[in-house]
Amino acid sequence: MTESDFATRLNDRFPEGVTADEREGYQGYIIAADKLIEFATALRDEFEFDYLSSVTGVDYPDEGKLEAVYHAYKTIGGAELVFKVQTDRENPEIPSLIDIYPGADFQEREAWDLLGIKFTGHPDLRRILLWEGFEGHPLRKDWQEAYYEADKKPFKSRWPKAEYTRAEAKNPYGANVKYPDKFDPEKWVPEGEDALYGSLAKYETTDKDGLKTDHLTVNLGPQHPSTHGVFRIAATLDGEKIMNLNPVMGYLHRNHEKIGERNTYLQNMPFTDRLDYLSSLSNNFGYAIAVEKLIGIEVPERAEYIRVIMAELTRVQNHLFAIGMFLNDIGAFFTPSLYAIEERELVLDVFEMVTGSRMMCNYLRFGGLARDLPDGSLQKIRDLVFDRLPRKTDEMDRFLSENEILRSRTVGQGYLSTEDAIKYSAAGPVLRASGVPYDIRRADPYSIYDRFKFDVAVRYNGDIYDRYYIRLDEIRESIKILQQAVEQIPEGEIQTGKPRYQMKVPKGESYGRVEGPKGELGFYLVSDGTGNPYRYHVRAPSFINLTAFGPMCKGLKVADVVAVLGSIDIVLGETDR
Amino acid sequence: MEKEGINSPGYEIPEEIEGVVSITSIDRIYNWGRRSSVWPLMFGLACCAIEMIATAAGRYDFSRFGMEVMRPSPRQADLMLVSGTVTKKMAPTIVRLYNQMPEPKYVVAMGACASGGGPFKEGYNVVSGVDKLIPVDVYIPGCPPTPQALINGLIKLQEKIDGQSIKTVRWYQKGDTAAIPVPMLGPDLIYQSSIPAIKEAAQEEA
Amino acid sequence: MYGLGILKGLSVTLKRFINTYVDDFEWRGKRYYTDEGIAHRSSKDAKGIFTIQYPEEKMPVPEEFRYVPFLVYDEGENGEINNRCTACGICAKVCPPQCIWIERAVDKKTGRPVQNPAAFTIDADICMNCGLCAEFCPFDSIKMDHDYEIASYGRTVYHLEDLMKPASYYDEIRPINSAKESEIRRIAEEAKAAKKAAREAKKAAQAAK
Repeated sequence: MTESDFATRLNDRFPEGVTADEREGYQGYIIAADKLIEFATALRDEFEFDYLSSVTGVDYPDEGKLEAVYHAYKTIGGAELVFKVQTDRENPEIPSLIDIYPGADFQEREAWDLLGIKFTGHPDLRRILLWEGFEGHPLRKDWQEAYYEADKKPFKSRWPKAEYTRAEAKNPYGANVKYPDKFDPEKWVPEGEDALYGSLAKYETTDKDGLKTDHLTVNLGPQHPSTHGVFRIAATLDGEKIMNLNPVMGYLHRNHEKIGERNTYLQNMPFTDRLDYLSSLSNNFGYAIAVEKLIGIEVPERAEYIRVIMAELTRVQNHLFAIGMFLNDIGAFFTPSLYAIEERELVLDVFEMVTGSRMMCNYLRFGGLARDLPDGSLQKIRDLVFDRLPRKTDEMDRFLSENEILRSRTVGQGYLSTEDAIKYSAAGPVLRASGVPYDIRRADPYSIYDRFKFDVAVRYNGDIYDRYYIRLDEIRESIKILQQAVEQIPEGEIQTGKPRYQMKVPKGESYGRVEGPKGELGFYLVSDGTGNPYRYHVRAPSFINLTAFGPMCKGLKVADVVAVLGSIDIVLGETDR
Repeated sequence: MEKEGINSPGYEIPEEIEGVVSITSIDRIYNWGRRSSVWPLMFGLACCAIEMIATAAGRYDFSRFGMEVMRPSPRQADLMLVSGTVTKKMAPTIVRLYNQMPEPKYVVAMGACASGGGPFKEGYNVVSGVDKLIPVDVYIPGCPPTPQALINGLIKLQEKIDGQSIKTVRWYQKGDTAAIPVPMLGPDLIYQSSIPAIKEAAQEEA
Repeated sequence: MYGLGILKGLSVTLKRFINTYVDDFEWRGKRYYTDEGIAHRSSKDAKGIFTIQYPEEKMPVPEEFRYVPFLVYDEGENGEINNRCTACGICAKVCPPQCIWIERAVDKKTGRPVQNPAAFTIDADICMNCGLCAEFCPFDSIKMDHDYEIASYGRTVYHLEDLMKPASYYDEIRPINSAKESEIRRIAEEAKAAKKAAREAKKAAQAAK
């Protein structure tokens, strides 16, 4: 079905309420708010767009509008469909899509938290990254933070007449904070907890002897050794059985998007490193693709190869670390993770040599790379991908996969069915371990991935063991890609044009996505024609994969929750952003 | 500790018994004991936590400094390695954890974010450095500090411990060491010390 | 048989345990505290003890390694300091967390700005070590340092006098880059000189007419 076919079909189905978005540089359709539910149902059932990838919003104060932006895909592959719903800025209400696409759950909560779009019909519309009681919706354009300096970078106060001051000294703490009327700090009770515990439905069961049992509410985190950082789980238990579970996040919410909208396009590059800090080069890749789509710049052949090599090394390194930490979580303390980190260190040596930093690589530029591979680094990569990594992956496999203790902890536990995986918008290894062979490198190829021979790793049981083992599969597939790329890499330029630190970007929107180690990593950009992005949103796989976390854990024991969380492999920098 | 370190108070030891006798001061032996068993709190905040794990792992291995016993409970920890961005939502928890640690306790601010806010300093949910909340002993710049830079910072901490004296350290002084008041999450993060100012402003508005 | 998987896994651990002694024996006395020992331990053939015994031995940092920035100055023949920085402000503009503060010097007599910084501050506790300042500096003045042993008991803010390091230091830590850059500078200067010579020759020819 070609694009125009699709447009006619859509027009026939919805003669009213669905119009093409004709603003300069924009794509997709604008849906009337009252038609949204009908449209989304038709989209899922009739047009085969069964996967809602991203939900976010944009604030247009000049037009007095707030806009919700949705990206949907078909799990059989193909390009995205963008649709938007506009609403009044003063009283923003949009029907929630949670019944049609349950994967919208957390993303709608995030849009409510940061932009204040009220999704009617959402059963649990609480703040997700900030806390209940926080004043205002920070991603609105007229909202300013406590240490506000200026709207756009670069700040005028840095050059040529600059006096070194810290912003918080100049702008005494809380200068921009609006306190509600009659606010009395001494009587203030932080209110977030009640709403949280209220969201965990209370159960009361009566057993056969007529004994009433009350259920227990338990918190895990934010400081807990098995939560991979500052992550909190609130659960109600019946004995040791999980009845209901809600993840609580935002303990590492670093305002990535607000800062990103103040930065210039280039300045965002090092910030993307710090999203999923285990796989910074993948993040660079996704962001570079999104900006390159906007400015329409080609990338030289050699640079594409180096990008692929670096992205795949990142995947190998990330999965090794994920496996090590997962084994830590289920109690195989230290040995597997130490073995895994040993290999990871060798990959990091390559990153340090090529990009200058072990973790925060900041290596990609729009239309190329920061610098070419230094002498000797290609040989180092060869040593790794032809010898060391295949050998050590097999050793890891031998070491762990048949271990009876590991198997009895993981096989058949934490089940996620194929339908649920799609429904909850799970991505990456979590989706593929549930039997959906959806890999963006194949489904919607970017860069030069269509040139390499590799299989999409897929497993069908959807349990913790499969989510563990699929990572070993993916390492093997990545090594295949790496071997081909290292063999084929041509000589030549690594940058189109001269790298510039300031540039004007044409008006419009773009969505660049890559298959990151954790899943679909997408960058949604809106440009207003200046040097700073107007809207900068990250579709974070670690965040959205957690939507399925609660349903997966229902009925398990507390100790298994830790294993399920380890098998999803979240990184808090990306979950909270 | 090397031999000359133990014998350094300056007493002459006759040559014939040098192998069996050593003279030291209580401070020295006490500090040596403490600096060789600094147990960190297993507490990772952000990116730096990954480098902290790398430091604990085989390549750099800070168990060589007696620090391998990472305790998940603050009650058993001596050192809080603040490894990453301190957010306002996390701030009350951090102060509570610090208050729960028994004396003697130390804090190392690892990386730019923990030291002074770092690149995310301008954000609305970020505290500009953990020293706004709790006292910090060693600051390690870098984003993130490499494992070797972290070990360098930990050696600096050991040097600091070596310089302390049992007579002057705060946990042997009379009276209880006061717990640090826990900030609250209101419309913004509210420090206990800023409550009067907020009240005053509210009154002025009314 | 139940337990076979565990035994299979343990054989891996056992093999790695034995390898430790085999490798130590093969490399008797050269494995630690030598450059080749470190290189061996971080190569693809590394096995056995993997640990770098910092601070007694240090992992060599690669040329591109970046930590906090510093400013390069050229040493004149009589030991005078020629700061390469012209206070153009590009680094302050490109810096993502805006951690560079520059005050351009002003000629006291005329009140006009001169190409020299009067004050230059980098807050190392904001700096994200991204290296964009060094990448876009047109005068090869601001560069990323290799020195990572800068932990201290207080906050780290670098002012102009702390940031200045001689060109010889830069050549030492980044030999390949600095050679490349001075080659580019030399070519640019030669082209400039040739242009000047051509212009003067033209002037002379015109005068001769």
